[in-house]
Amino acid sequence: MSQETISGTDPSPDADDESLISPSPGADAVGHERTTGEQSETRTVVETQALDVYYGEERALQEIDIEIPAEKVTAIIGPSGCGKSTFLRCINRMNDLVDSARVEGELLFEGKNVYDADVDPVALRRRIGMVFQAPNPFPKSIYDNVAYGLRVQDDTENLDERVETALRRAALWDEVNDRLDESALDLSGGQQQRLCIARAIAPDPDVLLMDEPASALDPVATSQIEDLIEELAQDYTVVIVTHNMQQAARISDKTAVFLTGGELVEFDDTGVVFENPEHQRVEDYITGKFG
Amino acid sequence: MATDSGRDWFGSEKTTGYAKGRAFELGCLAATVFGIFMVFVLLLYVVVDAFALTTPEYGPWLDGDFLTSAHSRFPEKAGIYPALVGSVMMLIVIALSAFPIGVGTAIYLEEYASDNPIATLIEINIGNLAGVPSVVYGLLGLALFIRFVGLGTGTVVVGGFTVGLLILPIIIISAQEAIRSVPDSMRTASYGMGATRWQTVWRVVLPEALPGILTGTILALGRAIGETAPLIMIGAAATVFSPPSSFFDRFSAMPRQIYAWVSFPKYEFQYGVMAAGVVTLLTVLLLMNATAILIRNRYQRQ
Repeated sequence: MSQETISGTDPSPDADDESLISPSPGADAVGHERTTGEQSETRTVVETQALDVYYGEERALQEIDIEIPAEKVTAIIGPSGCGKSTFLRCINRMNDLVDSARVEGELLFEGKNVYDADVDPVALRRRIGMVFQAPNPFPKSIYDNVAYGLRVQDDTENLDERVETALRRAALWDEVNDRLDESALDLSGGQQQRLCIARAIAPDPDVLLMDEPASALDPVATSQIEDLIEELAQDYTVVIVTHNMQQAARISDKTAVFLTGGELVEFDDTGVVFENPEHQRVEDYITGKFG
Repeated sequence: MATDSGRDWFGSEKTTGYAKGRAFELGCLAATVFGIFMVFVLLLYVVVDAFALTTPEYGPWLDGDFLTSAHSRFPEKAGIYPALVGSVMMLIVIALSAFPIGVGTAIYLEEYASDNPIATLIEINIGNLAGVPSVVYGLLGLALFIRFVGLGTGTVVVGGFTVGLLILPIIIISAQEAIRSVPDSMRTASYGMGATRWQTVWRVVLPEALPGILTGTILALGRAIGETAPLIMIGAAATVFSPPSSFFDRFSAMPRQIYAWVSFPKYEFQYGVMAAGVVTLLTVLLLMNATAILIRNRYQRQ
């Protein structure tokens, strides 16, 4: 997440790699090989082993085993009540805030079980940003919203610059740069959600969790958010819960399908899941036979 | 055909319940008018007396001199100044003592202990405490602050602490409501950003709840400024001739002074001077309530 990648509008690194092959085969081929080498070995950021979640007596997730790759978009789809949001909230331990929730099994973040006794959920959440279903900016200025994460972490060096960076990456800077001190509540719904994304990425987390981030927005705002997610995936590991299958198909690299009862039924490359799913139930769900 | 059958159902004479509804509406209107009318009559009565509108030969009782001079044996020279200062000083003590304790309690109950059974028990009892008669708080103040702690009888601090205890439940309940009205999505957003509970309370919940907390507190202070019984119990003076020189000095407050004037034998005290005192007290009260409304509107717009 270095400063150079920030200007946003540059062609993506992948496009560069493709173009590198033809003009000067010599030196560039080496560079290309190195890059693809890096890309092919996909690092796992979040991994679960037999993860179970209970709300009181009710079992919301059963025996989830999943490996979420770094710097990709992983979509989690499934019908209502299948536990997809619950799973997302396990990753940054937001379920801790629900008294009745109980987690069993392991959830490894960078190889460390986040449910170990020595893990501070606050420290964990500082490395895993989250964007919620309904835009929930604080009733503060646009600037203060974006600066919030940095301020709570006592990391206020170059604050102005980093607020600007986050707003640029969230494709909001051009719309708000002349009114940073105005209330965030005056923004439109789509702008508020992009502000929430800017707020989440300002402290430069490793993972970005998104819980149906576009479900409360109109189609135009939704497509802006989708474009943004694809851009962000160049630098961040994005895990997005969505009930919109087209959205998952459009923007994700990997898709996990949860079905009723909190089971992870299928997890594969998005293309495979949508075109050639292994399970009949997943195919039925994706083709709209139930939902 | 359609119009014929239509005539059967769309006329209002076919709809039952209008007469009852009309009667109920009128009943509610009567109740409203009655309440407002009584308050209006009361206000008119004291204002007429305070400015001697029916007996202009006595001059207005409420004038600049009334606000700047002390009680006198002669009604035309009597004023409320020491009691006014005493009331304001008492309010300062109340605000400084009851506000932090009340808001602290509310924050604890709402943000830290919302689900534990002891907190629930405390909460129920706070509701009960709000209904305890003020004279009982007066006795408590007498026993606790004067007998037990050893503060001076009838001093500003004792008055402030005692009346502060009295309005504490009101402050707690209104602060709890203000804190509860902060949407949970704000808390989730804050926790999701890696904020601690303290940061969430201090940076998100309290700023959001503050206008509501302040409004509730000012309204509670409005209740406090009119309390008389606890002041009598803790031995506040009926009449003092100079304002208290410190918070540990003996004092009188406006309602206590008004109560004293009513029991004076002279007719002018019972009517003119007393009415002037009441109007002064009500004016201070209305100013406080207006402040509360201003604060609320100002923050609501943001």
